[in-house]
Amino acid sequence: MNSAPGTPHEEAPGVRSQDVRIRVNGEDREAYVEVRTTLADVLRDEFRLTGTHLGCEHGVCGACTVLIDGRAVRSCLVFAVQLDGTDASVVTVEGLGTPEAMHPVQQAFYEAMSFQCGYCTPGFVCSTVAFLDEWRASGRPALDERDLRVALSGNLCRCTGYQSIVDGLALAVERIIGDETTTDAAITTATIITTTTE
Amino acid sequence: MKPAPFTYHRPADLDSLVATMADLGDEAKLLAGGQSLVPLLALRLASPTHLVDMSRVLDLRAVDVHEAGESADAGYLVVGANATQRDVELDLRIAARVPLLADALPLIAHPQIRNRGTVCGSIAHADPAAELPAVALALDARIVVRSARGTRRIDASDFFLSYLETALEPDDVVVAVEFPLAAPHTGAAFHEISRRHGDFAMAGVAASLTLDHDGRIVDARLALSGVASIPLRAAAAEAGLVGAAPTDEAFLAASSEATALLDPPDDIHATAAYRKHIAGVLVRRALRAAHERALAGFEQS
Ligand SMILES: Cc1cc2nc3c(=O)[nH]c(=O)nc-3n(C[C@H](O)[C@H](O)[C@H](O)COP(=O)(O)OP(=O)(O)OC[C@H]3O[C@@H](n4cnc5c(N)ncnc54)[C@H](O)[C@@H]3O)c2cc1C
Ligand code: FES
Ligand code: FES
Repeated sequence: MNSAPGTPHEEAPGVRSQDVRIRVNGEDREAYVEVRTTLADVLRDEFRLTGTHLGCEHGVCGACTVLIDGRAVRSCLVFAVQLDGTDASVVTVEGLGTPEAMHPVQQAFYEAMSFQCGYCTPGFVCSTVAFLDEWRASGRPALDERDLRVALSGNLCRCTGYQSIVDGLALAVERIIGDETTTDAAITTATIITTTTE
Repeated sequence: MKPAPFTYHRPADLDSLVATMADLGDEAKLLAGGQSLVPLLALRLASPTHLVDMSRVLDLRAVDVHEAGESADAGYLVVGANATQRDVELDLRIAARVPLLADALPLIAHPQIRNRGTVCGSIAHADPAAELPAVALALDARIVVRSARGTRRIDASDFFLSYLETALEPDDVVVAVEFPLAAPHTGAAFHEISRRHGDFAMAGVAASLTLDHDGRIVDARLALSGVASIPLRAAAAEAGLVGAAPTDEAFLAASSEATALLDPPDDIHATAAYRKHIAGVLVRRALRAAHERALAGFEQS
């Protein structure tokens, strides 16, 4: 993150609106916005990536969770200008998979019916992808149900009662363990993250 | 989009950051990880005229262990202002060198917040229920501050003045926080009780114990969060522990001493009496855990 030099119009005396250039789902995107515009609003209103949802807009609910350089982040607590001109790579739920080719986490959530209205789902999916990626990177230590619940605790759901979401995560974990012990193949979890952040 | 309009500044290096803050004075707010400030803006509890984004000052991202030596920061872990809570949490050196910090970090909110929130920002923000101000106070950390007037170090014991109020002037930039490296045979624990995992705790306790070769306590650190308008150091309880054998009786005495004069806030999250009660329980639990970890260190060495 924050390594490339910014664009020239950023120097004091400061700006109210400016062009922002951000890498989203592998593409460089641009928009002219007020500096108070959050990343969530730029994704939704400028880039029309409406899979990222807004619940509370102050950091509590997790509906707006996206990945920045592979890490889960609240997009309602980041101003788009903060990412402008950096080499940060944003991935939204749209960047993870398509209805025809779902990401393994989306597939697991689909099979475990980890949603009802679906409002919270993109946030849960992004948080889960980041969690599983970090878990794999740290050598896949044993996980119990409490670990799974803690992993999901930064996201709120008003419908499911959570059990089906825990089941979805457990299914995704099971598949990763199964795949890696039988074929030793690299899992597709977060492929997009690793390909866009290096 | 909910924040009121503001003007955005993005200085590219430390000198221009300090100059910008000197220019704008109390009209400006520094934007670090934004995990406390942006919610305040969204709720319009704050509406500064200027926001100064410090994230482009790259040399403030460093996390360095300075072993004993001649320099002013020898014997300290130096956490730069742009280092996120998660950067430090995932840093494999921290558990051995500043174990209290390592134990406290995972208790802050959720990974999604710690991925952006900074260690220095949490201390500068000075929420009395937050973990890191209590850690800084317990360990006698030093806050390194830069302004157009120069660089100075503020002891944690002089830093926290009141609810969200610190010894910082409006144009001061915290450039780093320095945490003393732990002595050998030190064990530490941060214990807290919150309603849901990741919520701000109703009360928390930072404890650190250092043992000598006979297993007696040679150094004891205790600080409490969430029980007053600032984090509190339990100095009398610490004094009672030094020289004592680390027994349950000693920990019980420390817990009574640490909580005797507490007058915690009463709010929708917990009553004053409940906070006082759990603070006492947490002191005992944290001291017991710190002691066990100090002993485990003996077995390894
Ligand atoms: C849902 C949620 C739950 C949370 N739960 C917890 C919790 O359980 N425990 C906890 O401790 N925290 C919690 N937080 C807060 C989080 O830890 C913040 O990251 C932290 O308090 C502030 O750090 P920041 O880098 O985000 O600072 P910012 O939000 O950018 O800034 C906070 C304040 O500090 C000032 N500031 C920041 N950096 C500096 C600096 N270097 N020099 C001078 N002033 C500075 C800013 O001007 C601002 O006034 C939570 C936040 C959210 C949204
Ligand atoms: S909308 Fe961002 S956390 Fe609720
Ligand atoms: S499925 Fe409706 S909020 Fe989670």
